Amino acid sequence: MDQKKLAIIATKGTLDWAYPPFILASTAAALDYAVEIFFTFYGLQLVRNDLSVLKVSPLGNPGMPMKMPFGPKWFRGINWNVPNAIQALVPGYESLATVLMKQTIANNGVATIADLRMMCQEADVKFLACQMTVELFGFEHSDFIDGLEYVGAASFFSFAGDSDICLYL
Amino acid sequence: MNFDKELDARGLNCPLPILRCKKSLAELTAGQVLKIVATDPGAIKDFEAFAKQTGNELLSSAQAGGEFTFFMKKK
Repeated sequence: MDQKKLAIIATKGTLDWAYPPFILASTAAALDYAVEIFFTFYGLQLVRNDLSVLKVSPLGNPGMPMKMPFGPKWFRGINWNVPNAIQALVPGYESLATVLMKQTIANNGVATIADLRMMCQEADVKFLACQMTVELFGFEHSDFIDGLEYVGAASFFSFAGDSDICLYL
Repeated sequence: MNFDKELDARGLNCPLPILRCKKSLAELTAGQVLKIVATDPGAIKDFEAFAKQTGNELLSSAQAGGEFTFFMKKK
């Protein structure tokens, strides 16, 4: 049986959207797929040396439950339905939401992004970074982890063109 | 059932049990058996899919008291 191939385009640079590409890539690699991820636009934040740039914002996201990761069960069950106008005005609201989400992640036995990213690299998932976006956003190659290949869209297609699954995330 | 290595994946959530299983299998030789204990309710279906895709044989899966126990034979 030919090895199956998964190609992923990662375009989002927030803590919540960091999960789908790394979860799917690491799992596919464990299932013996060859995997490549093309990090472009905000997705470049996922391959920065410093992952503390990843935050989550409940602002303008009605799908995000805002529940407290501590306290008694009845308290954890409350969904804090804070209006967008207040979220936008309160300084540090995003940082607070990020701290709470990281605690929720830890409470649920979910891996950190740093761990999942490392597991992808250990499993030989190939990371491609969009050189055009690196320049557009004023990044340096030294801002990013080792093991990236800086390429353009054409290089992505040379793998994605024969892939069994291609995901835009 | 006899086994050669045990993996405690309790408290871990998707996709960690599968990733740890893959790693543990890599330390075994063909024909050896890995025992896995997990608490992730998705694990039963996930380990079936893992075995089907990778060709490692899922010898048994059992559920008791919120824990899932699997025996997987390395191909």
